[in-house]
Amino acid sequence: MINLTVNGQPVTVPEGTILLEAVRAIGVDLPTLCYHEALAPYGACRLCMVEITAPFSATVASCTYPVEEGLVVETDSPKALATRRLNLEFLLSRCPHSSTIREMAAGEGVTYSRFGEPPPDEADELCVLCGLCVRVCRDVIGAAAISFIGRGTKRKVGTPFNVHSDACIGCGACAEICPTGAIRIEDRGSKRILHTWNTTVELHACPECGRFFAPEPMSLLKEIFPEIKDLWTLCPACRQQRTARQWLDTETDKA
Amino acid sequence: MKVRTRSDLATLSSSGLSTLYPPGLRISVGMATCGLATGAADVYHVLHDEADRRGLDLMLVATGCIGYCQQEPLVDVYMQGRGHILYSKVTTDIASDMIASLASGELPTEGALAIIPEENSRNSKPLEKLAGLPLLNDLPFYSLQHKIILRNCGLADPVCLEEYVAREGYQALALALLDLKSEEVIDQVLGSGLRGRGGAGFPTGRKWQICHDEQAQPKYIICNGDEGDPGAYMDRTVLESDPYSVIEGITIAGYAIGASQGFIYVRNEYPLAIERTTRAVARAEEIGLLGNNILNSGFDFNISIIRGAGAFVCGEETALISSIEGGLGEPRPRPPFPATSGLWGKPTIINNVKTLATIPVIVSHGSNWYAGIGENGNTGTVVFSLVGKVANTGLVEVPLGLTLNDMLQGIGGGGLNGKSLKAVQTGGPSGGCLPERLFHLQIDYETLTQAGSIMGSGGMVVMDEETCMVDVARYFLGFTMSESCGKCTPCREGTRAMYEILTRIVEGKAIPEDLKLLEEIADWVKTASLCGLGQTAPNPVLSTLRYFRDEYEAHVRDKCCPAGVCRALIQLNILPDLCTGCRLCQRECPVGAISGEKKKPHVIDQELCTHCRSCYDICPEGAVEIARG
Repeated sequence: MINLTVNGQPVTVPEGTILLEAVRAIGVDLPTLCYHEALAPYGACRLCMVEITAPFSATVASCTYPVEEGLVVETDSPKALATRRLNLEFLLSRCPHSSTIREMAAGEGVTYSRFGEPPPDEADELCVLCGLCVRVCRDVIGAAAISFIGRGTKRKVGTPFNVHSDACIGCGACAEICPTGAIRIEDRGSKRILHTWNTTVELHACPECGRFFAPEPMSLLKEIFPEIKDLWTLCPACRQQRTARQWLDTETDKA
Repeated sequence: MKVRTRSDLATLSSSGLSTLYPPGLRISVGMATCGLATGAADVYHVLHDEADRRGLDLMLVATGCIGYCQQEPLVDVYMQGRGHILYSKVTTDIASDMIASLASGELPTEGALAIIPEENSRNSKPLEKLAGLPLLNDLPFYSLQHKIILRNCGLADPVCLEEYVAREGYQALALALLDLKSEEVIDQVLGSGLRGRGGAGFPTGRKWQICHDEQAQPKYIICNGDEGDPGAYMDRTVLESDPYSVIEGITIAGYAIGASQGFIYVRNEYPLAIERTTRAVARAEEIGLLGNNILNSGFDFNISIIRGAGAFVCGEETALISSIEGGLGEPRPRPPFPATSGLWGKPTIINNVKTLATIPVIVSHGSNWYAGIGENGNTGTVVFSLVGKVANTGLVEVPLGLTLNDMLQGIGGGGLNGKSLKAVQTGGPSGGCLPERLFHLQIDYETLTQAGSIMGSGGMVVMDEETCMVDVARYFLGFTMSESCGKCTPCREGTRAMYEILTRIVEGKAIPEDLKLLEEIADWVKTASLCGLGQTAPNPVLSTLRYFRDEYEAHVRDKCCPAGVCRALIQLNILPDLCTGCRLCQRECPVGAISGEKKKPHVIDQELCTHCRSCYDICPEGAVEIARG
C-alpha cells in the first residue's frame, strides 16, 4: 500500500493506483473529460491538474500519474486552480453551448471566456476532443470505426474520409460515453443513423412484434457469445412478455 | 565475402585505403542536400564528362557534406603525393577548367579554399603553386571545431563500406562484440559522460543501463532521425554523409542493451538520407556486419528503416513509437518510460542520430578520452547548424563549453554584410532567443536552460539588427501551432491563442493587457501540456519577452516595429535626394507601386504598397527608407 497526503488528509491506496483515484477516494472531485475507468489513462484534457508540493514540486495531470509513497498533493493550490480555470476558459470558448462545459466551468468559478466565441461555422461545436469515443470504439468494442483526423487546431473525430463506415456496428457506445453529447444518433424506421459519422446501419426486427430493436451488424455477437442467442431473437418488450407468460403458465400449472 | 574476423576487417580497410588514396587522381564532390541545392550534381556531371572527353583517368566520388555549406558546391581534389585541396563555390565553368588543368598535370588554382590535412597525405610535397593556401583547420570557420560526430562527413564515399572501415570504422563494434561484455560497453558510455544529443541531454549510459536491466524480451533500439526544427539539418547531413557511423553505433547500442532489432526512423522529406542509409544497411547485411552471428560473436542484429510522414511531434519519443506501431503520431503520458515499456510494450531505447554516431568513437578511443573533451558534466562535442544572418553558415561541431561569442563571431564570422548581431536562437521551436549581451555564455545544457533557451538538437539561428523579435516569436509559434498534434488542450488551444495575440501585436492591433495575457497562457501551456512539444512551445515567446520586452512594448504602445519588419507598422519612402532613378526598384516591385521617369527620383504609391521591402533590399543607393511607426 502507498501512503500519501491529499489536501492535508492522509490517503492509503494500493500501489499502481493513479493519483486521480486517490484524490477521489477522500471525496475530492476533480473535473475530468478524457478519463474513464473502463479505458487506459490518456491525459488529453489536462483538467485534473494538481500540484505536488513534496517531496518535489510539480504540477501534474492526476489521471496519468501513478501514486508514490510520501507524496503531498494540493488539488486547489493557486497554481492548480489557475491551470484548471484557464483550461475551462478555453473549453468554454470552444464549446459555449455545451451545458456540460458550462456547468464544469461554473463549478470552478469560470463563467466567462476572454477568448471569445468560435467562428460561425463552429458555433454549435460540442466536441472537446477528449477521445473517449475513439478509444471506446477501438479498445472496448474492437470496431475502430472512428479515429482522429488532422492535427493541431484542425483535429477532429470521424470515420475514414468522413464517409459511411462499414466498420461501425452501430452499437452507440461512442454516443453513450461522450461527456458533452456531441454525437447524434437517431433510430428511424429500419435504420439507425449515426449522423456525426455519416453512417447508417440496418436494424434487426423482432419476429414477434416487428419492432426494430438492435443494429444488424451486432448480430455477430451471437457467434462470439452463444449464451446471448436467445436475447437476440426477440425485442426486450416481447422477451419480457414471453418470460411473464412462461411464469404465469408455470404458476397456473402448479395451481 | 562475409566479414567474420578482425583480419577480414583489415582486408576491407586496405581496400578502402586504395580508393581513398588511389595512385592517381580522386575528385570528391560534396553531394549532400546542401551541395545538391547549389548545383553540385551539375558540377559532378561536368567533371565526369570533361574527364571522359580528355581521356583523364580519375576516380570521381559523390561524398557528403564537409560542413562549410555556404561555400558549396565544394570539390576535394586528391592527387597522390600532393595531398588534398578543397575548392569552394565550384561552378560548371570552374569544374571544366579544373579538368583542363588536371589533364595537363597541374593542380587548378581557381576556387582553391584550403588544404585538407589528412593523416595519409601529411607527407605530401609542398604545393608550390598553391603555397599560400591555408590549412583547412586554420580557416576561422574550422579552427575552433572538433570533429567527432562529423568525422567522416565529406571525406569518404558515404555508401562505401570499405572507405568507412579504412577510416577506423567497425573497430569499435569488433572491440565491443569480441572483447567486451555488454555491461562494459555501458560502463564506457557512462564514463564518457555522453548525454543525449536530441536535446534533452539525459545521460545515454544511464538510459542504456535501465533498459539493460529490464527482464522483458525482446528489446528494441530506435534511432531518432525525425529532425524537423526550422533551420536545422544536422541529422539529415549525418545520415547522408556517413550512414555507417550511425549503423555501427546502433549495432553497439543493441549489443549493450540486449536488443537484436533496431529501427532507424527518418522523415520521408529526407529522401537522400533514406536512400543512402538504405544502401548502407543493405551493404552491411550483405557483408555480415548486420544479421546473424556478427563477427562470429553469437550476436544477431537487424535494422529496419522506417519512413516517418513528417510530423514534427513524431520526434517526441512516445509519438515516434506510436508511429512505428502504426498508430497516430501522438504522444502518450510518461511514465512508463520507453526504456521500461516502449515499442509494443517492450523495453526500448531511443537515441538521436548524433548520439549513436558518437558511440563507436567512445568505444574505440575509451571513455576517458571522450570525457577529456568539453567540460565537466558537459563532455564531448555537439553539432550545430549555424544559419541565419551570419557571415559563415554551415554545419559545425564544437566541444561543449565554447562560448556563444566564439561560435558566432569566431566560427560564424559575425553578422552578414557587416551588420551587428542582435540575438541567437538555439533549440528550434522549443528553444529561446538569447540577446547579444549574453553571448559570453558557454554553450552547455545547463547554461542555456538557465538563460531561458535550450541546447536542443542543434539548430542555431542567428538574428541581426534587422530582425524583429516579435515577428520571430510569432514565426516559431506558427510552427508549433501547426505541428501540435492537438491531443491535449493546452498545446492545441494555447499555441493558437498565443499565435493570435502575436498576430495582433505585429499588426498593431494589440492592447497593453495582451502582453499579460500572453504570459499567462505561455505559463499554462508550459505547465499543463502533455509532452515536450507543448511544454517547450512557449519558450520563444517567454525568452523574447524576457530579453526584448521593449520591442513588444514598442509594437503595442507606440504601434512601431523598431526593426522595421512588421508590414503593418512600417512605411517605405524613396528619398529624392539619393534616388538616381535607376528603375531597379520599379522593376522589382511586385505590385507596380513605384513610378517615376528614368534618371529622376521615383515615388511609391502608398495605397498600392504592400510593404514587402523588395525596393529596400534592391536599391543600390540606399535611397529607400523604412519609416517605423
